[in-house]
Amino acid sequence: MLEKLRQKFRRVVKRVTRRELSPADVEDIIWELQVGLLESDVAVPVADKIIERVREQLSGRKLGLKEDPRKLADEVLRQAIHEVLGTDGKVDLLKLIDAKRARGEPAVLVFVGINGHGKTTTIAKLAKYLLDRGYKPVLAAADTFRAAGIEQLEIHAERLDLGVVKQRRGADAAAVAYDAVAHAKARGLDVVLVDTAGRMQTDINLMDEMRKIVRVVKPDLTIFVGDALTGNDAVEQASTFDRSVGIDGSILCKMDADSRGGAALSITHVTGKPILFLGTGQGYGDLVEFDPNIILNALFTD
Amino acid sequence: MVLDKLGKALHGALQKLTRATHVDERAIKELVRDIQRALLQADVNVQLVLELTKRIEKRALEEELPPGMARKEHVIKIVYEELSTLMGRPAQLQLKPGQSTVLLMVGLQGSGKTTSVAKLALYFKKRGFRVGMVCADTFRPGAYEQLSQLGEQAGIPVFGDPKAKGSIELAKRGVERFKRERMDLIIVDSAGRHRREETLMEEMKQIAQTVKPDEVMLVVDGTLGQQAKDQAAAFNAATNVGSILITKLDGTAKGGGALSAVAATGAPIKFIGVGEHVEDLEPFAPERFVARLLGMGDIETLLKRIEEAAWAEEVKPAEMKAILAGKLTLQDVYDQLEMLDKMGPLKKLIQMVPGLGMAVPDEQMRVGEEKLKRFRVIMQSMTPGELENPRLLNASRMRRIARGSGTSEADVKELLRQYELMRKLIKTIARGRIPKFGPWGKLLKQVPKELK
Ligand SMILES: Nc1nc2c(ncn2[C@@H]2O[C@H](COP(=O)(O)OP(=O)(O)OP(=O)(O)O)[C@@H](O)[C@H]2O)c(=O)[nH]1
Ligand SMILES: Nc1nc2c(ncn2[C@@H]2O[C@H](COP(=O)(O)OP(=O)(O)OP(=O)(O)O)[C@@H](O)[C@H]2O)c(=O)[nH]1
Ligand SMILES: [Mg+2]
Ligand SMILES: [Mg+2]
Repeated sequence: MLEKLRQKFRRVVKRVTRRELSPADVEDIIWELQVGLLESDVAVPVADKIIERVREQLSGRKLGLKEDPRKLADEVLRQAIHEVLGTDGKVDLLKLIDAKRARGEPAVLVFVGINGHGKTTTIAKLAKYLLDRGYKPVLAAADTFRAAGIEQLEIHAERLDLGVVKQRRGADAAAVAYDAVAHAKARGLDVVLVDTAGRMQTDINLMDEMRKIVRVVKPDLTIFVGDALTGNDAVEQASTFDRSVGIDGSILCKMDADSRGGAALSITHVTGKPILFLGTGQGYGDLVEFDPNIILNALFTD
Repeated sequence: MVLDKLGKALHGALQKLTRATHVDERAIKELVRDIQRALLQADVNVQLVLELTKRIEKRALEEELPPGMARKEHVIKIVYEELSTLMGRPAQLQLKPGQSTVLLMVGLQGSGKTTSVAKLALYFKKRGFRVGMVCADTFRPGAYEQLSQLGEQAGIPVFGDPKAKGSIELAKRGVERFKRERMDLIIVDSAGRHRREETLMEEMKQIAQTVKPDEVMLVVDGTLGQQAKDQAAAFNAATNVGSILITKLDGTAKGGGALSAVAATGAPIKFIGVGEHVEDLEPFAPERFVARLLGMGDIETLLKRIEEAAWAEEVKPAEMKAILAGKLTLQDVYDQLEMLDKMGPLKKLIQMVPGLGMAVPDEQMRVGEEKLKRFRVIMQSMTPGELENPRLLNASRMRRIARGSGTSEADVKELLRQYELMRKLIKTIARGRIPKFGPWGKLLKQVPKELK
């Protein structure tokens, strides 16, 4: 993962090893880093931020006798990226579900994001993940908008032997989500996974509809599902969804499509919320738990 | 408008140059840096941007000034030329007369293939062609149901079998059937895949080898970043991509990833998707985009295009006359929407006038564009008389229309306000009261006599 960015960083690190840090050196490194970040799909303003930090740390910096320049660069970059990633928030999904269960209530998770970036598939994968750990999830087909949005979720549910709460196409999405929560309460199920229609953050009506869903079901977690192949727009998407409904965390899909993962930095930076999982394929098992350090480690370990 | 934000940023960069009293090395370097940033933020491939801007800088600094040309003009011309190469050559989807044209849609997961199949089908159906859609996606849950629901909505026949396993066989049968039915256009939808999924890439190759499409169209998500280049290259290597369709340009993404796909495949962009509905498709016009980038910088090209394309073909003289005379009815607006998929002379008129495209506050145009859809629904609830003469619309009629169209009275009022605004604007233009827009006068001279 993030292989490309890692290679670039390594090259930067090597260069620092070879030389002393003259201003020209610093600019050279910065340039290399900038190109590397952009090529890894880190959005321009986020890359600027990282670079600014690195520049501050490196310029005029004298290497101590015993100081390993390689280590210095490594440290500086790590720190700069860490600052951008900078989320203290940690979401422990299973713990949250357990806590709700102890109170006799289902945990409600609403998945939102722009069109085609992986919400429905992610819900199916997450349902499988929960089933494997002994939880009882139910799906809510609250994408009543897109052609076969309901059928797609139903087929997944059938394959996973799960219940789906649904109405017809065109029905009120919030009502479907509400029904699902009621259903879970009545049946003593643990988790409600609410699938919503994909929407552009510029579509005022659909953004209103999403707010309504959130208002009605008061989810324990609202999760932004993003596409790891997204470029600069990731910033705009994540920040608008966050402003609109308040994102508690994100899931980044399609990491397997040779993604360089920069979108992870962009999204975390603007939402200040952690990434919970990464989607790594189209199978039900292709979901890996995320740890903020995954990115850093992917960037820096040999 | 396509890649609008990118256009604005570039336009800003060029304006800065135009304002500079002295075009020296520093001004050029600054221009190049601005262009670079705009392109990078628009997700154009980083290496491509670096090469392009290096070329602009080198040419701007080294090329000899053609006689009679100011340095500024020369630099703008260079930028124009270089950006044009980035946009790719203009091209349209040509159907073979008297035979079935087979189009195969391919692309990454979730890029918008299935939706675009239906959009294209409707686009050509509206233009009088017979179209069939084939679902060759046996992988994604609900793929057949999705296409068949879209087909029902758009009134287009769909071939598929949700229980079938072999996508190659399915594609073959579907194409054969629609060929027998002598369809003008057969569009094949395939499952999403990416370059690391080798079996899926191989499957796509075999679908292409089996149905022998006249054209493979790569569907590119407008929000796609730097992967666009390598992914597009992989699709091209497997199936020989003939054209590109960019989706989701109704959001805030600038679509530069698609430009990298153009560079990687050599295929032109033919259509853009601007919404989820089956009508939300527009043909792509690169020259118009570049012309817009340059505002008044390249008036000649713009005028030529206006002469050639806009007026000659798409605008009926009588209609134009009425519009220019300020006799614009709601029915006109509605007809334009229906006829030209939001590319009616009304919008064209405004966008084509050099300077005016930029002079009309962007917000105003935007609001118009976003609300167009709602307006259409509102107008569908009006009587022919009301469409002809909006003055008839009193409070009770507005109430009825709002209820009938599932909108609010405020929406109906908004439509009338917008209509008034456009009508006034057009009237002003028609009276030639905008001396600033010199070319407009020139243009009016070219408009046939009977229009005046
Ligand atoms: N390779 C790969 N494909 C994925 C991944 N996640 C989702 N997909 C595919 O992406 C496509 C779109 O996924 P969906 O789950 O339908 O996306 P969505 O966000 O629900 O889409 P809308 O409801 O239309 O907005 C499908 O073909 C999925 O199989 C992933 O992690 N890797
Ligand atoms: N806003 C907007 N949404 C679009 C556009 N084109 C497609 N979509 C949406 O994007 C999502 C994915 O579209 P699909 O047509 O299912 O994509 P696909 O490429 O067929 O997906 P797979 O078959 O899973 O690979 C759906 O929610 C569509 O409604 C567009 O131009 N604008
Ligand atoms: Mg979905
Ligand atoms: Mg599809």
